Amino acid sequence: MATLELSLDEQAAEPARRKRRLGLLFWFAMGWMVLVFAVAILADVLPLPSPTDMDMLEKRAPFSAEHWLGTDGFGRDELSRLVHGARISLIVGLFAPVIGLTIGGALGMLAGYFRGRFESIVVGSMDVLLAFPPLILALAVTAYLGQSIFHLTCILGVLGIPAFMRVARAATLTLARREFVIAAQALGATHARILLRELLPNVLLPLLAFFLLAVAVTIVVEGALSFLGLGVPPPISSWGSMIGEGRESLDVAPRLAFIPAIAMFLTVLSFNLIGDTLRALTDPRQGAL
Amino acid sequence: MMQQLAMQQMASEPLLKVENLVVEYAVGGRTVHAVSDVSLDIARGETLGLVGESGCGKSTLGRAVLQLRQAVSGKVLFDGHDLTAMHGDALRRMRRRVQLIFQDPIASLNPRRRIGDIVAEPLVISGVKDPDKRRQAVHDVLAAVGLDPALVVNRLPHEFSGGQCQRICIARALVLNPDFVICDEPVSALDVSIRAQILNLLEEMKARYGLTLLFIAHDLAVVKAVSDRVAVMYLGRLCEVGPSEQLFATPAHPYTALLLEAIPVPDPDVRPTESVAVGEPPSPIAPPSGCRFRTRCPRADARCAAEVPELRTVAPGQSAACHHPLI
Repeated sequence: MATLELSLDEQAAEPARRKRRLGLLFWFAMGWMVLVFAVAILADVLPLPSPTDMDMLEKRAPFSAEHWLGTDGFGRDELSRLVHGARISLIVGLFAPVIGLTIGGALGMLAGYFRGRFESIVVGSMDVLLAFPPLILALAVTAYLGQSIFHLTCILGVLGIPAFMRVARAATLTLARREFVIAAQALGATHARILLRELLPNVLLPLLAFFLLAVAVTIVVEGALSFLGLGVPPPISSWGSMIGEGRESLDVAPRLAFIPAIAMFLTVLSFNLIGDTLRALTDPRQGAL
Repeated sequence: MMQQLAMQQMASEPLLKVENLVVEYAVGGRTVHAVSDVSLDIARGETLGLVGESGCGKSTLGRAVLQLRQAVSGKVLFDGHDLTAMHGDALRRMRRRVQLIFQDPIASLNPRRRIGDIVAEPLVISGVKDPDKRRQAVHDVLAAVGLDPALVVNRLPHEFSGGQCQRICIARALVLNPDFVICDEPVSALDVSIRAQILNLLEEMKARYGLTLLFIAHDLAVVKAVSDRVAVMYLGRLCEVGPSEQLFATPAHPYTALLLEAIPVPDPDVRPTESVAVGEPPSPIAPPSGCRFRTRCPRADARCAAEVPELRTVAPGQSAACHHPLI
């Protein structure tokens, strides 16, 4: 009889899973994210002045007990606009990549698994989408359908599909040749089962790492579109539109542009930091080979 | 009486019969002749060793048997059913009776699934609904391959060594109680010290589960140790088939003789014979006409270039595809 290769020492060591030090930076990033999400969710409950009430006598007021971060060019409370703007930035920043992740991820996996003509069609149509100037698409959609958060999310989501497709397809291509996929075929597994049980858990990891990156990029792009006036319609505030409005008074009150810019910078940085740390944590092979 | 006759016929009927199998695939617009006109029989309970150089089509043949590669022509009869004519569900059901063990045991296991799930997967696919029954079967088969089920089931593949992963692969292949197992170089990727353990395990499992094995390898010593019969393949064609002992003692095909001479002798005074190993094998994209071995064969003449040699009986149970056999 073959010998048992697992010793008892290993059994004793098993429950104590290796703990990795996460670092101060990670916890700062987590703290900032929790704060941003909390105020964005609780924006209506918090004792803040209305973000759209104008007070023409208090234009560009400095920091005070009444207006913690002062007021903007129309005398609207800056802190309140920042908090409500976080909502827009997060909604668009999270939901647009979800569209890209589901559609692009599914197309990429199918293309990488089935290959052949289907793959050519998918890759070809994605190249067409990539070649289409994104600003023109955004302009066209907002011109015909009107400016709204929903439309903005859809545009940014569709624009993200090709990148997600490429990430999923590249991961699937290398995995589909691995022996464990052939083993599943030899076992008589259906295509659906191979895609969902064998490939998806392996493809999901690079996709989620890319998702967090896409969230960061989308928040910036939403800002850029709002800055150009293609984003959310006024008087709703988003960080991008606040920077855009602040541009007009850069010489007298530069903080109106800088405060939302700093908020956006910290949020994007936090997403990237958390994404990197999570990816390192969930890789099963880390430190094992 | 009639029934008995039929039973006897059943028993003598080979479990796997490969008839004139041809597998080709396109690489950059050109055709690779991976397997050309190969016919093989494997009897129930037998181990057939398949040897040949890298790239001669051994693995392709193994995968073509399972229909993982589409054959251009020819038949694969498994227990009387032609697998090449099967599709969809019928083929998937038949595949469960044939299992595959791969060269790279670590790549054969999904890195993100637990061992318990990996070994239970064949049961799930074949429709065993009762989780307790599945757990029991996984337990039994893991214990049979020499792993402690309680320690193993909740771990991930990267926590195991190559030899342990190969044990897990063998467990997965055996959990459905198959009739036929194709071992595609199952020990080439393992340390020499682990090889003997895995080979012994395969022997033991063969006896315990009543398996028939197709054992693909390029290591002659390994093949000699495990096989009842040996088939030698060169550039997509079969050169010689015969009982293991007989073939190693009296090879009939010049290529078999050359392979046997190339086995290193563990004696520092014996000089390696250099005259025999002439050149590299030709490309399977443009194989030589006639006998494919003629470009490297010391006995080749004009007839070898003109005429493809058929597999002919040269001794009881032994046949060779050569115009000028050594016996």
